[in-house]
Amino acid sequence: MKLEAKIPSGPLADKWTDYKAHTALVSPANKRKHTILIVGTGLAGGGAAAALGELGYKVKAFCYQDSARRAHSIAAQGGINAAKNYQNDGDTVFRLFYDTIKGGDFRAREANTYRLAEISNEIIDQCVAQGVPFGREYSGYLANRTFGGAQVSRTFYARGETGQQLLLGAYNSLNAQVNAGNVDVFERTEMLDLIVIDGVARGIVVRDMVSGEVSSHFGDAVLLCTGGYSNVFFLSTSAKGCNGSALWRAYKRGAAFANPSFTQIHPTAIPQSGDFQSKLTLMSESLRNDGRVWVPKKAGDDRPPNDIPEDERDYYLERIYPSFGNMVPRDVASRNAKNVCDEGRGIGPTKRGVYLDFAVAIERLGVDVIKDRYGNLFEMYEMINDEDPYETPMMIYPAPHYTMGGLWVDYDLMSNMPGLFVLGEANFSDHGANRLGASALMQGLADGFFVIPNTLGQYIAKGKHPDVDPNCDEVRKVEQDAKDFNQKLLDIKGSKTVDYFHRAMGMIMLDKCGMARSKEGLNEAIEKIGKLKEEFWADVKVPGTGESLNQELEKAGRVADYFDLAILMCLDAREREESCGGHFREEHKTEEGEARRDDENFCHVAVWEWMGEDQAPQAHKEELEFEYVELTQRSYK
Amino acid sequence: MKLTLEIWRQKDANDKGHFETYELDNVRSHMSFLEMLDVLNQELIEKGEEPVAFDHDCREAICGTCGFVINGVAHGHMKRNTVCQLHMRTFNDGDHLVLEPWRAKAFPLVRDLIVDRSAFERIQRAGGYISARTGSAPDANSILIPKEQAEAALDFAECIGCGACVASCPNGAAMLFVGARIAHLGFLPQGQPERVERAKAMVAAMEQEGFGACTNYTSCEATCPKGVSIVGIAKMNKDYFNAKLFSGGNLGGKE
Ligand SMILES: Cc1cc2nc3c(=O)[nH]c(=O)nc-3n(C[C@H](O)[C@H](O)[C@H](O)COP(=O)(O)OP(=O)(O)OC[C@H]3O[C@@H](n4cnc5c(N)ncnc54)[C@H](O)[C@@H]3O)c2cc1C
Ligand code: SF4
Ligand code: FES
Repeated sequence: MKLEAKIPSGPLADKWTDYKAHTALVSPANKRKHTILIVGTGLAGGGAAAALGELGYKVKAFCYQDSARRAHSIAAQGGINAAKNYQNDGDTVFRLFYDTIKGGDFRAREANTYRLAEISNEIIDQCVAQGVPFGREYSGYLANRTFGGAQVSRTFYARGETGQQLLLGAYNSLNAQVNAGNVDVFERTEMLDLIVIDGVARGIVVRDMVSGEVSSHFGDAVLLCTGGYSNVFFLSTSAKGCNGSALWRAYKRGAAFANPSFTQIHPTAIPQSGDFQSKLTLMSESLRNDGRVWVPKKAGDDRPPNDIPEDERDYYLERIYPSFGNMVPRDVASRNAKNVCDEGRGIGPTKRGVYLDFAVAIERLGVDVIKDRYGNLFEMYEMINDEDPYETPMMIYPAPHYTMGGLWVDYDLMSNMPGLFVLGEANFSDHGANRLGASALMQGLADGFFVIPNTLGQYIAKGKHPDVDPNCDEVRKVEQDAKDFNQKLLDIKGSKTVDYFHRAMGMIMLDKCGMARSKEGLNEAIEKIGKLKEEFWADVKVPGTGESLNQELEKAGRVADYFDLAILMCLDAREREESCGGHFREEHKTEEGEARRDDENFCHVAVWEWMGEDQAPQAHKEELEFEYVELTQRSYK
Repeated sequence: MKLTLEIWRQKDANDKGHFETYELDNVRSHMSFLEMLDVLNQELIEKGEEPVAFDHDCREAICGTCGFVINGVAHGHMKRNTVCQLHMRTFNDGDHLVLEPWRAKAFPLVRDLIVDRSAFERIQRAGGYISARTGSAPDANSILIPKEQAEAALDFAECIGCGACVASCPNGAAMLFVGARIAHLGFLPQGQPERVERAKAMVAAMEQEGFGACTNYTSCEATCPKGVSIVGIAKMNKDYFNAKLFSGGNLGGKE
């Protein structure tokens, strides 16, 4: 397998400008002749569809929801970063780049991350032009807040609904292109497989989720913008439909999977309340700006939080990390929450929780300011927990949230397979082993609106792209495979529901491949998940048929893929004999219990190649080279 | 607690449809309404019956996918709520709940509690946007927007496109939804150049989709999970009125 990152030469700060100046272009008249298939309509896919439509490409966009505006980007709460330095607090493109690289524990590519930081400013301009009503000062200027892992205030926001507002902006731009006749959107349409002809991505097989009809679409490039796969843990902050299936099926057709085990467990979600729970609800990281995290000093202290006196509380983040305090990066905050709960100091009915306390902030700023900043989050908390966070501290606990891993891409965002591009959370490229808050929205919009319009032309201009014969053997076979896969699931007619299996797998993953991992635990997980997978294929019960709307069948297909993906995640986590970012191996920690990287042996991207059913995948490496930042032990003390 | 659920079952648009009654034990107060339906569906599947189809995704009251009518009220009895964030602790042991899909001419039924809201898509595509070519935007702080104005735009931009307003309107009107979209962009300086055209195009699309007329019942506002105000409807009417004036060649319109 050839892994060529194709990073432009020249100084870091000039790479992207030089790239754009020299990239091959497609003439406006010719763009119309090229069909681009875009799977996903979140910030990455929706942005790409809008921008490529504007350029004149013929775009077909697909999503599984009934509207492009419902992609899970809609749920992002806290904000989006940009190096505008509107606060005059010393922010620069380099600083945003550096914070992101350091936050990712030096496991991301310098050139990609720098480009992201560089584009961040254009994104804010573009969003404001689209009508995104960002938070403002009374003067009418844009307001900012601070997010974890940074000491500058660079996060733009719209109440606690930043993702919704950004996605509506992208969706509106997408709609303008639909109206102009450049983009067709296929809602309630799920990608089942990738069509590869002579090693080149040429189309997708999809299922109409209402009629059940399976059909194919062809194009000169396929863009996967299908988001993250945190639902492999069953309980996560993802929407119920979020899945890894588009990525997994592309992987099985030859696309490489990079760092699959790099997942982010977000420190501030509402704790699980029972075994019927269907998902976890995030409480935005922005809350840590004004909220203080603590647990009782004494294990087993059952008093209500307001009865515990100040000197019997342990504000453990402020204690351990005096310089970043409550604003340490997510991986650090999550791991520490787990540690104090493991010590028996957790709170709430399950004892897996810590307090997030606003009392001091409310006293300092007044209720109105806090309401203005976080009103809707507080409301949401009260709705779910039936407790008023203005009066009683919130209870929070870490939850699976984001997947830094994804399909491998080069600087152009093209996978190792020609014609297959991967954007947004679905690719692996910018966040290394841990993503900083407010940087995923930035990446989605950067990839969709600003990167792909400049890099796709290169591929389109240089290739031939002959028409695909819809009746050729390759197409027929992939269509048949996709139909057979679903039929096989329907034919099992076993005794247990899809959710039963998904929950069971999620529990193993969270326990063994979550916030702390060990060789022993991972081996155990691989074995257990393997057995569960066998049981699934022998005993799952999927009612109904494939020829009509069938939500259980949709779920079954996704869970089937999650089994395989989970095993790959465990393999990847086992191979990486170091701790970095969100990947914490019990065997590799400093004396103080912090992650210990091994730059000598693991300063690389782990890239996996599918070798066939029941075959071990092959491991490859892309060595990471750092020219502009010095690899240091990450410290937030 | 124990519940009796009377749920609308309909295989597809051509099927006639009927209510089916289910008894559910062991409903716990911490469950969300959809989690309660998950439990029912697990039981149905295990018994070899077809689960109840309902739309949902984020389960955080933000994507706008979920929604059905509970005892005659869109999204149920709690104000400013969606069914995914409606919690069972707000119900009583022994409650009898009737669940129906959104019923509106412009929302054909897909299955059980799922309807087809693509009419909303067509309205938004007709002109519900600002044409801002990528890369052409000036610096974000070059146009200042007073905080109150940005907040007002955001109040309308919070609409999640769920369709409850249509379902709760005796006329099946989409005014609150369309008004929200128009008011969001209309409050911003960036939205001014296309304001009048936008209203014209969206209202025309709305009428074409078969949504009813607004006769000021205001039940839409009462059930809207995001508290979208009917002030948006007034703003829409004003923009639309101006559009009519302009297109009629009469230049008497002021804005
Ligand atoms: C609760 C929450 C809060 C967050 N808050 C923040 C924040 O404050 N700041 C920040 O920067 N980031 C935040 N994030 C992360 C960020 O929102 C996401 O990483 C980002 O929006 C992902 O965008 P995307 O375009 O890559 O994917 P998505 O928005 O997830 O879109 C995926 C698209 O792919 C489609 N799709 C998926 N599979 C298929 C298939 N098989 N067939 C057809 N279509 C398919 C879906 O329909 C959808 O349109 C948050 C995430 C969550 C869950
Ligand atoms: S206006 Fe309210 S009820 Fe209507 S679609 Fe929007 S959020 Fe739903
Ligand atoms: S499922 Fe998203 S709003 Fe209810």
